[in-house]
Amino acid sequence: MADINISERQAGDVTVLDLDGKVTIGEGSVALRNAIRRLLGEGKNKILLNLGGVGYIDSSGIGELVSSFTAVNKEGGTLKLLNLTQKIQDLLAITKLLTVFDVFDSEAEALSSFS
Amino acid sequence: MDLSPGGLTSPLNDLALRTFTEFILERCPAVCLDTTLDLPLTYIQLTVTRTIELILPSRIESIEECAVFAERVARDWGYGDDFVGSIDLAVRESVANAVKHGNKFDEEKQVRIDFFDREDGFEMTVRDFGSGFNIEEIPDPTDPENLLKVSGRGILFMRSFMDAVEWETNDDGGTTVKMVKKR
Repeated sequence: MADINISERQAGDVTVLDLDGKVTIGEGSVALRNAIRRLLGEGKNKILLNLGGVGYIDSSGIGELVSSFTAVNKEGGTLKLLNLTQKIQDLLAITKLLTVFDVFDSEAEALSSFS
Repeated sequence: MDLSPGGLTSPLNDLALRTFTEFILERCPAVCLDTTLDLPLTYIQLTVTRTIELILPSRIESIEECAVFAERVARDWGYGDDFVGSIDLAVRESVANAVKHGNKFDEEKQVRIDFFDREDGFEMTVRDFGSGFNIEEIPDPTDPENLLKVSGRGILFMRSFMDAVEWETNDDGGTTVKMVKKR
């Protein structure tokens, strides 16, 4: 079974990626990287990462979030985070990355923030 | 007090035995479970009750394998969800460091993990056989200039979720990280 499943849906001009599984060193991080690259290749640069289904993330996964954030910014886009579990919120607080990412608990609020 | 191996053959009074055992436990806990030592095992078991060793090749899959193993060990030793969660994170980060930065994915080199069930908590050591590193040279990932770096957060996680983390350069090469989580 794959470490992570990533499904894509469109909400206006925002692409929502629903992540389900683990974002860890190896397969999970690579899957996220590939998904972001593909979206940027398709010209989709408003991206909302729904992490509600991510049960586990390690430092490599956190690094992949940062890498995704900078890659999207580089293309003139925006990447935001939705539905952080308590564990992920703790890790982002420890690493001071909560000061970097826009984080939302409500998808409606997250989507409206892109406009 | 004579702490040489020959000294063991002489009768030791209680204080001397305690001092000697603490001396050994501090440096090499696993040795103290060797029943060939002429010491009362009951006393030793009060200090380190159980030890388990796991040896894995230097590949990415070993990280998950070790994490699953560590969780099973910690649960068997009676630790709860939050505690096990911290162990899981620390063991993943430390084994990942050993595989990636220590042994540099050389599968000929092993990663050796030892778990100790201590009176005061859970200890694990992770040893690689690489060329070593200086912990003081690792940049602070929370420094504003490092916030957007992709890597370098593993040690921060280990320090955040364990009560004590120490690195030691082995005489015969490589690095051992010792981590303790108190009950």
